[in-house]
Amino acid sequence: MMSGAYFKPNRLNRCHRVAAVVCCASMLFASGVHSADWRGAADLEFRWFADDPLDPRQPSDNFSASFEPEFNHSWNDGRDSFTFRPFVRIDQHDDERTHGDIRELAWIRAADEWELRVGIRKVFWGVTEGQHLVDIINQTDGVENLDGEDKLGQPMINFAVIKDWGTLDFYALTGFRERTFAGAEGRPRSQLLVNTSATTWESDAEDSRIDLALRYSHTVGDFDIGVSHFRGTSRDPRFNPVVSATGEVQLAPHYDVIDQTGIDIQATRDAWLWKLEAIRRSGQGDTYWAATAGFEYTFFGIFDSAADLGVLFEYLYDSRGATAATPFEDDVLVGARLALNDTQSTDLLFGVIVDADGDARSYSLEASRRIGDRLKFSLEGRVFSGISENDALYGFRQDDYLQLTFGWFF
Amino acid sequence: MATLILLAPLAELQAQSPEEKGLEIAKEAEQRDNGWGDQASEMVMILRNKQGQESSRTIRAKTLEVAGDGDKSLNIFDEPADVKGTAFLTFTHSTKPDDQWLYLPALKRVKRISSSNKSGPFMGSEFAYEDLASQELDKYTYRWLKDEELEGRDNFVLERIPTYKKSGYKRQHIWIDKETYRPAKIDFYDRKDALLKTLMFLEYKQYLDKYWRAHKFDVVNHQTGKSTELNWKSIKFGNGFTDRDFDQASLKRVK
Repeated sequence: MMSGAYFKPNRLNRCHRVAAVVCCASMLFASGVHSADWRGAADLEFRWFADDPLDPRQPSDNFSASFEPEFNHSWNDGRDSFTFRPFVRIDQHDDERTHGDIRELAWIRAADEWELRVGIRKVFWGVTEGQHLVDIINQTDGVENLDGEDKLGQPMINFAVIKDWGTLDFYALTGFRERTFAGAEGRPRSQLLVNTSATTWESDAEDSRIDLALRYSHTVGDFDIGVSHFRGTSRDPRFNPVVSATGEVQLAPHYDVIDQTGIDIQATRDAWLWKLEAIRRSGQGDTYWAATAGFEYTFFGIFDSAADLGVLFEYLYDSRGATAATPFEDDVLVGARLALNDTQSTDLLFGVIVDADGDARSYSLEASRRIGDRLKFSLEGRVFSGISENDALYGFRQDDYLQLTFGWFF
Repeated sequence: MATLILLAPLAELQAQSPEEKGLEIAKEAEQRDNGWGDQASEMVMILRNKQGQESSRTIRAKTLEVAGDGDKSLNIFDEPADVKGTAFLTFTHSTKPDDQWLYLPALKRVKRISSSNKSGPFMGSEFAYEDLASQELDKYTYRWLKDEELEGRDNFVLERIPTYKKSGYKRQHIWIDKETYRPAKIDFYDRKDALLKTLMFLEYKQYLDKYWRAHKFDVVNHQTGKSTELNWKSIKFGNGFTDRDFDQASLKRVK
């Protein structure tokens, strides 16, 4: 059932080892108030696909299980802290999805006007929901979910200067993580298999290039503002066709070195959240820009109940138009978020992304409810309709699915 | 002349309207609770439905007193386990809307959220967000109703009407202890002016020889039969917190 390696450390390279040494060394200087704890989650997941797969190697349903414990320790009255968060997944069919990663292994020192964060970490930038253009520090763990919210741990040295005039973050990203892609038995996936052993890089240093990033962020009244610049290997690859030893046409990822400037702004006024993210990227084909802009409005206490209903609207633009490697070049996201605010924290999120010049629709539904104090039941569904041949989502046209997850938390 | 001067304060006292008296009592209560600096506490909230089924929430809270404005607070959830590490950072303001950020640990994402949800339930409990928010003088108008004995102690009973937008209450009746000026009980009336909830402040202890803190809040919803008990496990003053403990960088370090 589960052939191949159970645990594929995504290249625990030199940088990871350096980070590990730093973290362990820092713990030796522990003093003052201590606190340490373990927490985490274990998930059982079942996916059911509505249609026959495009590739006979792909399954019609799939079981999977994941485990993600987290260890936290802090000392010096919380000024020093250490986190270790490994992750492992075992998948019934897809050897590529059976994988492991160190999501976090980091030490943080917090002082009055600065913070130093060293090790493997996850960093999120941005404000919009439809896509995360500005968010660039971590690589996507592509085998986890189509939504791209799952990220691989990124080794880094991050120094933050925290002043009245805002926060300035300097990043040295010590080592590059390749994106993960579904294997032959994986589903959903692109029609052509991605062959990660044929990966190419623009940088001669390949995955050892040290990428740099800078971000300024500040809150001014109702506005939360971020301006960032990244110079390094693009987290999004381009693909070149290659022919495998068995004569199969496959896709080889190619990682360009890019410059990306980003801005993200949110204005929060009463029940309105106004959001904007925009980027300008050069080094990956022609220079282009992309943006997401929209709002979220919440009706609190609908129908005299405790429930809140939020409505989302975002416009997704990419200056490359139809040639963009993204499915979101001229699209509209319309969504609704329902929170019952009951004891079980029942939540429901529905969204549809509509291609403004085509019939393509991508629907998604996410719902969750707590059972007792330690279990959570989640439902997720995705439906792709009217996807034309030149759409980036074309490979997923047969991959409508429903996913049930039971999570156990400790 | 001398007689006039002597009589003047008395005349003023007699002329005091119920509104003036109410405001005076509220001001005195606020005055007595000034200057505590900062506070760290751990609490367990027990939610009960009509059938008596229970579920619990565990919360750690840090609060910083801000002179001339509302307090800053950082609330971290430990239970239920699926929301462990989720945290709210709130800058309360007396007149303008509060600033509030939510930290989602799985995504490492800080989200600025709307603070206009005053009347919504806090974590599925019978407490509304506005019940647990920092109680600033300007948030209400006051009127003294009567004096009344409550559980063997003399109390003032005031009516207070929220001045801030989006409150779920038309009015509240609050019992304030005459000796200590600490709140003893609040009756909440919904927007239709029907009695909605009663909140009791129990198990008071005094800190730093001055500040009274209830260690148990008991709230009963008369319309649904549900109730919530909020138990303080520990309260600690003099933690040396600064603004730096209440910023987004600190929010992201929450565990």
